[in-house]
Amino acid sequence: MLAGASRPEWVREDAMSEDFGVVEKPITWWERVWNNGAVRKAVILILLALAWEIYARRVNNALTFPTFSSTVEALWDGAVHGNLLTRLLFSLKVLLMGYGLGIALAALLSTLAISFRLGNDLLETLTAMFSPLPAIALLPLSLIWFGLGNGSLVFVLVHSVLWPVALNTHSGFRAVSNTLRMVGKNYGLRGFGYVAKILIPAAFPNILSGLKIGWAFAWRTLIAAELIFGVSSGTGGLGWYILENKTQLEIANVFAGLLTVILIGLVVENGVFRVIEQRTVRRWGMQA
Amino acid sequence: MNAAPPSPTAVTEPLLDVRGVTLQYKTKAHLVTATYRVSFTVYPGDRFVLLGPSGCGKSTLLKAVGGYLTPIEGEMRLKGRPILRPGSDRMMVFQEFDQLLPWKTVLENVLFALTSTGRLRGAAALDRARAYLDKVNLGKFLHSYPHTLSGGMKQRVAIARGMAMEPDILLMDEPFAALDALTRRKMQDELLRLWDETRFTVLFVTHGIDEAVKIGNRILLLSPHPGQVKAELNSVVDLTDSGAAAKLERRIHDMLFNDRVESPGNSEAISHA
Ligand SMILES: Nc1ncnc2c1ncn2[C@@H]1O[C@H](COP(=O)(O)OP(=O)(O)O)[C@@H](O)[C@H]1O
Ligand SMILES: [Mg+2]
Repeated sequence: MLAGASRPEWVREDAMSEDFGVVEKPITWWERVWNNGAVRKAVILILLALAWEIYARRVNNALTFPTFSSTVEALWDGAVHGNLLTRLLFSLKVLLMGYGLGIALAALLSTLAISFRLGNDLLETLTAMFSPLPAIALLPLSLIWFGLGNGSLVFVLVHSVLWPVALNTHSGFRAVSNTLRMVGKNYGLRGFGYVAKILIPAAFPNILSGLKIGWAFAWRTLIAAELIFGVSSGTGGLGWYILENKTQLEIANVFAGLLTVILIGLVVENGVFRVIEQRTVRRWGMQA
Repeated sequence: MNAAPPSPTAVTEPLLDVRGVTLQYKTKAHLVTATYRVSFTVYPGDRFVLLGPSGCGKSTLLKAVGGYLTPIEGEMRLKGRPILRPGSDRMMVFQEFDQLLPWKTVLENVLFALTSTGRLRGAAALDRARAYLDKVNLGKFLHSYPHTLSGGMKQRVAIARGMAMEPDILLMDEPFAALDALTRRKMQDELLRLWDETRFTVLFVTHGIDEAVKIGNRILLLSPHPGQVKAELNSVVDLTDSGAAAKLERRIHDMLFNDRVESPGNSEAISHA
């Protein structure tokens, strides 16, 4: 015998909507502002700048640790009156060349790797060999091969971009579900069309993180290489700007150079990668 | 625009002819025989059901018809031509909800199938895609991304996509198995209504006896691993005659159970699948 068998049945009539009280209520403007990631990050940045300013004032030694305000001043001065912008443009140009070429090669290598077994072996062997090799270690060799021009910088940049991008892309390709692969084949897609129309979008979260890592690696490599490499054919990059100012003991300018690298990083992360992320993997529900 | 009902002469011509097909998987350690010498013939307009317990090789068989696997023995012909590779003349509908391209909206998913295969282009493709999405009652969700849809809606998109291609045959691998019972019933009814409208040919895989009887006009019964043909039956003509359906279900049930009579105590059978 069921315990509740003697209980009466009952059916509930729909409640009038006015009985609910508040069903939907707009959130306060404060909550809305705080929900904006950019605002929260800006707050963090302001706090960091503040901490820097306070610490530097207590150290009170412009030769070892200039204040935030004097760094910003030096940045402004360097950009308007000095040659910071030309240095920056030079660096960016080389950076984009190396980054673009690295991505193109990574695309080629991962396409080969997913299409042929031998290509897969090739990618795995090459990444195992070269991925642990610091790009800077290749610079002396690069100088011998490509001389004192942009060529050697681009070469080390390609090296630093190629492996992380190829590795991420490849693991993304391999993680594409069997069902999606079969759907692509069902449409008769093969070879390049299959890679471009099915594998690349399906593996886009991995590809994007590969591109981010590649970008960070490229910056590191470039600044380090420029510090060692110095100036070529009359123009140097940001690394050279930092080195040049250090020898002249313009420490605020050194900080301004470093701050520029940081600012570019922030702009690219939030202005480029985040926008791409929002318009792709987030909109598609492939990443929370 | 829709597939014309099969002409009387076409009925005598088999659409899909599967003869003595044995399928095997080679793994690192084993050679697994999934089906053994399976033969059947599908005619235009058939709702042909492959029924058998889990693991008997139904999916494997369907994938072979889809062109993803090559038989080690026997042959498969579609409209007289041997099946060699996947192609859009056989559209697959899978059980998995991730069969839609997540980076395309509902409409784009159907459009992409039409345009990337070169089936249709431009306005014609758009009209066709809209028409079939309307048929499955998704007209309001054309611009939604798949991750915002329920499981049943995703399967409806997949069905619309398959039908919009107007393939020679639609291959469905337990498309409703991952749905809740209520939605499944609704989808089965919808599929039958769509069939009434366009009379497509479908090869439908299921492990549910009731689903087989409901969906199919012809049922191929497969024995457990490795799958062999046990029987090919006609389903009931009139679905409203629940007595006839129950009788057929009973009969199929017995056929599948009787195999296990020699080993009493081992009562696992199709209901387990
Ligand atoms: N990729 C695979 N590799 C090895 N064996 C497989 C693979 N897929 C399926 N099998 C085996 O083949 C048999 C049939 O599987 P399947 O066709 O999926 O059965 P069903 O769809 O009827 O449940 C099973 O024994 C299964 O273990
Ligand atoms: Mg299966």
